[in-house]
Amino acid sequence: MTALAPTTHLGRDAEAGLRPRHKALLLLGAFVALVALKHLLPAGLVRPPDWVILPVGQWLSAAFEFLREDLGLEAVTRLFAGFVAWHLEILGNLLLGGRGGLGLPALPWTVIAVSGFMIGYALQGWRLAALSGGVFVYLALFGQWRYAMETLSLIAVSAPLAVLAGLALGIAAARHPRLEAALMPLLNVMQSMPHFAYLIPVVVFFGVGDHAGAVATAIFATPPMVRMTLLGMRRLPPEVVEAGMMAGATRWQRLRHVEVPTAREDILVGVNQVIMQCLAMVVIASFIGAPGLGYRLLLALQSLKIGTALELGVSIVLIAITLDRCSKAWVERRPVHDAAERPWHERHRTLLVWLGLVALAFAAASLHPWAYEVPRRQALSTAPFWDAIVDWTTVALFEPAHQLRTMLSLHVLIPLRDLYLYLPFAAVALAAAGGGYLVGGLRSALVCLGFVAFVALTGWWDRAMITLYMVSFAVFVCLALGLPLGIWASRSDGRGRRVLLLCDTFQTFPSFIYLIPMVMLFQVNDVAAIGAVIIYAMIPIVRYTVEGMRSVPSSLHEAVRMAGADGRQRLLNMELPMALPHILVGINQTIMFALFMVIIAAFIGTQDLGQELMRALSANDIGKGLTLGLCVASIGLLFDHILTEWARRRKAALGLA
Amino acid sequence: MTVKQRREADRGQPLITCRNLWKIYGPDPAGLLKAHGGKPAAQAIRDSGHVAAVNDASIDISEGEILVVMGLSGSGKSTLMRCLCRLVEPTSGTLRVDGQDLLAMDERQLIEIRRSKMGMVFQNFALLPTRTVLDNVAFPLEMRGQRTAERHERAREMIRLVGLEGREQYFPRELSGGQQQRVGIARSLAIEPDLWFLDEPFSALDPLIRREMQDEFLRLQAMLGKTIVFITHDFDEALRLADRIAIMYEGEVVQIDTPDKIVLQPATDYVAKFTREIPKARVVHVRSLAEPLDGEVPDGPALQGDATIASVARTIVQAGRPYLPVLDETGQPTRRLDCGRALALLFGEEEAA
Repeated sequence: MTALAPTTHLGRDAEAGLRPRHKALLLLGAFVALVALKHLLPAGLVRPPDWVILPVGQWLSAAFEFLREDLGLEAVTRLFAGFVAWHLEILGNLLLGGRGGLGLPALPWTVIAVSGFMIGYALQGWRLAALSGGVFVYLALFGQWRYAMETLSLIAVSAPLAVLAGLALGIAAARHPRLEAALMPLLNVMQSMPHFAYLIPVVVFFGVGDHAGAVATAIFATPPMVRMTLLGMRRLPPEVVEAGMMAGATRWQRLRHVEVPTAREDILVGVNQVIMQCLAMVVIASFIGAPGLGYRLLLALQSLKIGTALELGVSIVLIAITLDRCSKAWVERRPVHDAAERPWHERHRTLLVWLGLVALAFAAASLHPWAYEVPRRQALSTAPFWDAIVDWTTVALFEPAHQLRTMLSLHVLIPLRDLYLYLPFAAVALAAAGGGYLVGGLRSALVCLGFVAFVALTGWWDRAMITLYMVSFAVFVCLALGLPLGIWASRSDGRGRRVLLLCDTFQTFPSFIYLIPMVMLFQVNDVAAIGAVIIYAMIPIVRYTVEGMRSVPSSLHEAVRMAGADGRQRLLNMELPMALPHILVGINQTIMFALFMVIIAAFIGTQDLGQELMRALSANDIGKGLTLGLCVASIGLLFDHILTEWARRRKAALGLA
Repeated sequence: MTVKQRREADRGQPLITCRNLWKIYGPDPAGLLKAHGGKPAAQAIRDSGHVAAVNDASIDISEGEILVVMGLSGSGKSTLMRCLCRLVEPTSGTLRVDGQDLLAMDERQLIEIRRSKMGMVFQNFALLPTRTVLDNVAFPLEMRGQRTAERHERAREMIRLVGLEGREQYFPRELSGGQQQRVGIARSLAIEPDLWFLDEPFSALDPLIRREMQDEFLRLQAMLGKTIVFITHDFDEALRLADRIAIMYEGEVVQIDTPDKIVLQPATDYVAKFTREIPKARVVHVRSLAEPLDGEVPDGPALQGDATIASVARTIVQAGRPYLPVLDETGQPTRRLDCGRALALLFGEEEAA
């Protein structure tokens, strides 16, 4: 941070000739001095002394205990759990048969596949239809049907819950500024908490199983819906709201007929985000017994069946792409008028074709059992194919992968980890506060210090430093590779578009997926974990670099060209400074992605906060789990604060705000 | 008699009466008013960190009248209109619409009066993007619970009135700006309002379309005879459409008069600045310049009182006389025109008033 500080714009509070560059150097000097003179420091500055460490975990446990038993919240959650379980049963019954519910036999897979096909067609056309229909056919023929339907029914229950809750909260927050003020910090913390941290309270209140998985998923997916609803309501043109009032609409009529339909696009973007968040979380909810593809993947990875894991991974990826494309197509679908007054059957042709296809599918299912359900044993399997690839890579790539792993571990990762653990507590606190001070003055310094203090006071300092070391190394590599990649991609329109599409697609995959190829290459260790983190966290920095570079107005390009600047001069003096606010947002996201992934990577064995979180999960220790989750959130929010503030100032300085 | 003259003749009770209307933004508007006995001075408002968007406005708007509120952006004209229909809550003052105290109404009554008596047209059209033209126009009828068939019939009638038949099933984004505003106009007229508010309805349109829409507006008004509050920042538009013009400056209504009087006798320097570039002869009517006869009717061709000076310029020049007779509404030459004054106005010499 300090090295880049000279570019910040802090003219206003420069006192007595101390320029930002000098302040940064001064802070850097103090930091180096603290590290170098570590052995002279009192023990309390090297590590937070024991007596300041607060039993935050116990407090939280006690608070939840109080909520659960004394306030009788458990009765409420039981009721809610029953409600969710009932829906899951009905859906499970429709998609999978058996299992109570309505007591009906399952729908034939062909019926679901043609429905998927027609949904794709109705939303966008033939290409999306081919994708959505094709994915269901693939799932059925390759024996993934049952798991995929379990996953989909979880999403089908939790996504509407999240959408409704988010919509209600978002609308309420748009109406009542006080609620918004209370909600925003809560959302910030929620969105920087790792997935695992959500699971523990849910286990405590809802137990384990599919309904608990659905609840955890719904809670996890709600924040983006609240944000998008709020954004949509905020962006309503005031005239449209006034038009509703002048038409004599009551409050409810205005909400239903004017405000929600007009904010439709933002709300549907929220729905898209909810669905993708649900998919990501459903995979992770397998840790608390949610069935489906994620659970199978977990089992396969635990027993190192890489071929099976890859096969499941492909199914998850296909579902992710389909859900994303369909929900995005829904966002973009704009109504088109009917040319003339056509008869009913022509206006509803899609509906009729769907009904016809469904009837056909039912008929086919009654004629041949394979059109009803492809037996798992008869199904095609791609596992042998993937196994062959895995075998080949382990043989062919074993040497290079092994060497890379050894080299990275011995010469980079372990020394880096030791360095982070060597850093005195006071030096880290100084660096955080200094970073805050440079971008946002005294207030930011205090905020940053607060985040550091929280981690220190909870007593998880060393674990947090290990998390920080993994995150910072991964982010460093991401920036070193992602920035040039983004700049290269932004050099031509077509390339930029293709790279953005690629980023879009990769971003829809649940983060868990990225562990599979890394485990395949490096087995289970820190290198594999960091590798997965790097791949996943690379996405935002590439995307925002491309977007930032392409947001530079062409008139500016022309002006700088006419001033006789060569390519390098253009890049350094005009494009990068102009794109910096975008790039800062990208870095911020990269850090967040890295943090999330580092915690998930705990599953393949790390020694950081994530590992402790996994332990808390298996011990159902709600206090410890939430404390660890808040520690991770503190680290995330610390960087978020510094980078957001910096980006804001740069934007203001460039007149973009 | 033209429609306009007829309206002027039987203009009766004021439909809207507002007295000492204030709208102040800032930390404590009510306290500020109280502290200064309901009439804070401009300096006091500014010093206390408040802004007076509407400053002590007292206006009567008669039935069938077109009142154009005119001012630059930020002069408070939009806020004034929104106070008159209570989209914005006035800080103080009285406001009666059709004999009822609008400020005393609760939400239910307010909804009721908007459903039965008021229509509004917006600068950026404010159409609902997910509804067809037909459903947009029928929207106010739907809100008051009219049955589908009935409201669609009425909506179709309105769409025909604004010349958009055939586009009923289109969505707003499929229409041009001018067409969208026609939908906005049709929607605002669907409930047959007595009071028609138009907030810079043509400002977002191209100049040529704007002209066309102004003609359209005059055509509709000739048929319907609504009571109209019309906001614009375009002085030409105001002169073209208004029975009376209210000019606003920093929240204050500085002059409210007929176009002729605004041009001939601007109340303040600010109003005079507006009128300076205007070809006055095209605004001022013969009767506004006419004076009583000095004993006998002058020789020469008689002029109609409701003709503009510009339109009779040729007659005046060719006659070459110091005075010409002016006919009143009954066709009698009861007054005379000082041709010297008329020509001074025609050639833009400043002596006119």
